[in-house]
Amino acid sequence: METLEQIKTRVELAVPGASLTVIQNGSPCAQHSILVDNEHALEVARFLQQDPQLRLDYLSNVTGVDWLEQVLQEKSRSRRVIDGVEREIEETTEKRVPGYLEAIYHLYSMELKHGPVILRLRTSDRAKGTVLPSLTPLWRGAEFQEREIFDLYGIRFEGHPDLRRILMWDSFADHPMRKDYVEPDDYEYEPTPHDEVLERARQHYLPRT
Amino acid sequence: MDEHLRNELSRQGIFVTTLEELYNWGRKNSLWPLGFGLACCAIEMIATSMARHDLARFGAEVFRPSPRQADLMIVAGTVTKKMAPQVVRLYNQMAEPKYVIAMGACAISGGPFKQGYNVLKGIDRYLPVDVHIPGCPPRPEALLHAFMTLQEKIAAQALTGEQRPRHLRADAPGAFPVPEFGAHDLQPPHNPEVWTPPRLARES
Repeated sequence: METLEQIKTRVELAVPGASLTVIQNGSPCAQHSILVDNEHALEVARFLQQDPQLRLDYLSNVTGVDWLEQVLQEKSRSRRVIDGVEREIEETTEKRVPGYLEAIYHLYSMELKHGPVILRLRTSDRAKGTVLPSLTPLWRGAEFQEREIFDLYGIRFEGHPDLRRILMWDSFADHPMRKDYVEPDDYEYEPTPHDEVLERARQHYLPRT
Repeated sequence: MDEHLRNELSRQGIFVTTLEELYNWGRKNSLWPLGFGLACCAIEMIATSMARHDLARFGAEVFRPSPRQADLMIVAGTVTKKMAPQVVRLYNQMAEPKYVIAMGACAISGGPFKQGYNVLKGIDRYLPVDVHIPGCPPRPEALLHAFMTLQEKIAAQALTGEQRPRHLRADAPGAFPVPEFGAHDLQPPHNPEVWTPPRLARES
């Protein structure tokens, strides 16, 4: 199979206006992925599915990730002359990366027996703009998995034929797999509470008389 | 009745019993379970009813597909919050006298999913459980032991007086409130008449 850079170049030629970013995975598995912009995602996916060299006809998995807002600290060293003496100064700059939700599609080709090509779609934020294009019109197998992501992460997939909750009940308001989900406080006795469980258990302790 | 006298009489070919014993003997040896399983514990329950472990020895091999014909509910497996109202509704539809065995770690406490968001932390939050079996899953022998425990419990029930079982009391409820789906959890999260969260005296 081609490298992701080659795929990116070909896709950008075939789908005008699409912007793809190759995201490197530094871990030993080296499973790199392609970030696609939401506007052209459906067109890009259709190209990947129908291109004779790729023929990614099989969607094996769709999953969601919740990325909270991050504060990245970057340290930079510079030499400056202060009071006539040259000194080395260390500066820390903070960079805020806003949080977003992500849907990840793993694509394989049954016909050409290669894969996976990993597609990432990102929402603009975690609160209101949690809308992504649905890829169910191209791969029917995405239907239930996108419903599950909608249920557990709250990403709304536009173009999905039947977007309802699939695991939790319909009147459920939360999205349990989000990292800021607060579960109901239905505490009961824990023999060895620790960490967050201990914190919650403490609120229910009776004072010793 | 005096045990010694009864033994003496039976040796002479005279069988003496009380109505209470006869009634309980009949009940305890025809416990028909409701045929439903929720998770992997149900596989062990099925194994218990098959030839090797032979639940028929206890008169309980007739798994009924209808709650109207069942005496015993074996809650075999993980009770999710989405399933809990249906389990309580099935219990309400069973005719008295009825009993509950909570089988396995999930059914008695939530088990490995206790800290999760979607699993009920024990069916005893909504139903009066007669026998709890720990295990993940419990072996068929453990379920047989639960049957024997339940049979002993039924045999020891007095039919008159303050301790008489629920189906002989006009004031005791036979149906329990079915929880409703709320915005964040089941409403109510537990039935206070059946279960209240234990509170420990500890320094906080």
